[in-house]
Amino acid sequence: METILEMRNITKIFPGVKALNNVNLNVRKGEIHALVGENGAGKSTLMKVLSGVYPHGSYEGEIFYNGQEQHFRDISDSEKQGIIIIHQELALVPLLSIAENIFLGNEPAKFGIIDWHVAENRTRELLAKVGLKEDPLTLITNLGVGKQQLVEIAKALSKDVELLILDEPTASLNEKDSDALLALLLEFKAQGISSILISHKLNEVGKVADRITVLRDGATIETLDKQDISEDRIVTSMVGRQLADRFPQREPNIGEVVFEVKDWVVHHHIHSDRVVINGINLNVRRGEVVGIAGLMGAGRTEFAMSVFGKAYGRHISGEVFIKGKPVDVSTINKAIDNGIAYVTEDRKTYGLNLIDHIKHNTTIANLDGVSNSGVLDDMAELKVANEYRRKTNIRSSSIYQKTGNLSGGNQQKVVLSKWLFANPDLLILDEPTRGIDVGAKYEIYTIINQLVSEGKSVLMISSEMPELLGVCDRIYVMNQGRLVGEMPASEASQEKIMRAIIRAEGKAS
Amino acid sequence: MTIETAATQGKKDLKTDGSALKGNYREYGLVLALILIMIFFQYTTSGVLFRPVNLTNLVLQNSYIIIMALGMLLVIVAGHIDLSVGSVSGFIGGLAAVMMVRWQIHYIPAAIICLVMGGAIGAAQGYWIAYHKIPSFIVTLAGMLVFRGLALWLLGGQSVGPFPPQFQLLSSGFIPDVFANPGFNITSMLVGILLVALMIYFSVRGRAKREKHGYEGEPFVLFVSKNLIIGGIILFLTYLLSSYKGLPNVLVVMSLLIALFVFVTKRMTVGRRIYAMGGNEKAAKLSGIKTERLTFLTFVNMGVLAALAGLIFAARLNTATPKAGLGFELDVIAAVFIGGASAMGGVGQVMGAVIGAFIMGVMNNGMSIMGVNIDWQQVIKGLVLLAAVIFDVYNKNKA
Repeated sequence: METILEMRNITKIFPGVKALNNVNLNVRKGEIHALVGENGAGKSTLMKVLSGVYPHGSYEGEIFYNGQEQHFRDISDSEKQGIIIIHQELALVPLLSIAENIFLGNEPAKFGIIDWHVAENRTRELLAKVGLKEDPLTLITNLGVGKQQLVEIAKALSKDVELLILDEPTASLNEKDSDALLALLLEFKAQGISSILISHKLNEVGKVADRITVLRDGATIETLDKQDISEDRIVTSMVGRQLADRFPQREPNIGEVVFEVKDWVVHHHIHSDRVVINGINLNVRRGEVVGIAGLMGAGRTEFAMSVFGKAYGRHISGEVFIKGKPVDVSTINKAIDNGIAYVTEDRKTYGLNLIDHIKHNTTIANLDGVSNSGVLDDMAELKVANEYRRKTNIRSSSIYQKTGNLSGGNQQKVVLSKWLFANPDLLILDEPTRGIDVGAKYEIYTIINQLVSEGKSVLMISSEMPELLGVCDRIYVMNQGRLVGEMPASEASQEKIMRAIIRAEGKAS
Repeated sequence: MTIETAATQGKKDLKTDGSALKGNYREYGLVLALILIMIFFQYTTSGVLFRPVNLTNLVLQNSYIIIMALGMLLVIVAGHIDLSVGSVSGFIGGLAAVMMVRWQIHYIPAAIICLVMGGAIGAAQGYWIAYHKIPSFIVTLAGMLVFRGLALWLLGGQSVGPFPPQFQLLSSGFIPDVFANPGFNITSMLVGILLVALMIYFSVRGRAKREKHGYEGEPFVLFVSKNLIIGGIILFLTYLLSSYKGLPNVLVVMSLLIALFVFVTKRMTVGRRIYAMGGNEKAAKLSGIKTERLTFLTFVNMGVLAALAGLIFAARLNTATPKAGLGFELDVIAAVFIGGASAMGGVGQVMGAVIGAFIMGVMNNGMSIMGVNIDWQQVIKGLVLLAAVIFDVYNKNKA
């Protein structure tokens, strides 16, 4: 069979992180090629290299497409060659119509005047191809997620697609819509269009894929042919790695239950009929690090933020107990007063005032700790800021450095400082090491160890399974808003966690 | 080993604290710009600018702008804008006139009702901005039209006055000279001297406190010269004012308010929270700051100050006119931006806004004396505003 795409020895380095390391990918003409791997394995990065989001020159290695070497400078370069990518987060403008979205940036126009007649007719043809019975003038916002996905595909078809890349296309679809989408992929295959399918749902990969390439830690592990595809084989391939000395040692000293959540139910913050968190029961003990594993979109962040003063969601029900007593966490202030702190996964948007310096960011969640009846004590604040800068080993010119100018790891330490100074009993850490380099990760783990040795409790959300296994005492597995597994870290393994997730995915879909 | 690290750490902390000064350079630059502008006009007006009577006028003419700039600074730091302050101050001036002149209500309760009314207007606008997330630009644009219209309606399109003489003293009065010395107000001079003494006492005490805690302040020479220069300027201006009629009452009110707002923004938790909210509202909210309530209170404060400015302006003209306060919002907002506030929120200083207002005021005053036409005055003021903001943005990008 003829090869349509070959990516050779692709290496992509971000400051402090090697996201891709000599990755090879080979896609044949007219096949559906699945790309699987854990969160952070490098799938999306690889696709961004392919589509020109990361332009030629920002990575090493070669891309051959239809036998010719390509130097894509941006997305429009790759689109001209017929490579179309559909991202996980749909890129449609909600308040424009289907036709307007399909031809956005590509309008059939003469002298800048759009011929809507042509646009609508072509939209009708395209919608027929993807099997969507909607008027071209319907606004996107009035369509469900499944139909929006089809509009994205129709948009790809409008550009004479040869290689279609779908990033988790069925993640937010129900079973019926997923099946329809997969059927559509098979139809495209019959028409000679090649596809790359990124998916966590191994059952559907098994259904439609001709070959599978497994990525792990930014490297290609293997490419399997259809007859070799089995769930066991893929899981081993995805996670099969030894834990090195990347985690500081700790002697667990675990006490009584400090934090407990019962029957926690949360509805979506906009679509209040959608249940995002469905009956969660969990607890954390004194001096214990408890992890929550799961795929992206499993509802872990939503759970954490809903517990932290209803910062997410609507129609929240359930109970929270601190040291055995039911507590009110209906506002963020009450949650903080009851000893809960939430360290966000998105430090730039939700964690820091980037235009202000370290000192002011450190004390903002506990200004009462450095003031008397509303008047700030400058000396006390200086002392606190310097103390926490030292404690968390923030590398900066001084406590007067703007947090916006710090590296990701040091920013994360400032956010940690802020919440450490608020003196909580339970610290919820949401992806505490996302986007920071290995050295800073080790320092964050050390801080976590120190915290629990002081008798605090930590609930840690992470998409990096080795990290959960290396740091936690106990691990919950969450999938689609439910807890689908609980295991002591000593008995846990990446295979076990992946299996729990896949079993649940299988039931759900 | 531990001793060594402690020592190096101590040194680091010292160094650390020194760089706090960086943030103040901009304020020094602004003061310098004001002084240069004043010297320029002193020269071009052949010495009229610094005449005691003109200096007194300068204070009286700008007091209401400065008072509103204090509230506007908080609004802008919080990440909002208030376009209604000119109309609100005009409306409150009209309300005061109707109550005091037509209904013969005593001026003290009438003034209190006016301030409460200002707070209520701020609350009404702040409610929609804070709790319903309606953009402040739109809410206060509506307020600008509404209260301009209400002022017209209230006064029936006519000017109402004159005010009771005691009320007029708010703007036209001077602090009485207990020595009754003709030609020179000794009390005013003594107040000025007392003020400088207090300033020096507090800065010496603050410096001693820092040193006691092991933190090094600014270099000694800078510390001394800064205090001498600021003290000298205050004494010089007080001397000039005293040789006319003394310190205007409104200057006393204004100075107390400036001191209060400097304290609130620099030393109080509520001030810190407004900066945090303006810098990153989501992060502030997740840090337990009640952002809605804080926004609401910022607008209530603005309303009260706009009302006070309206009273002062009415007392100064000794009559309430339907057009009072027209365009004030632009002067106020310009003062805050010249003073270094950021339109994105989170950045800005009270003293910056005050100096910014004085820069605008001195330019108005100086150009009028020079006989520059009103059309060119507007052009020049507009260009100065633009230049000041470009300068800020340029500096920020360079840093």
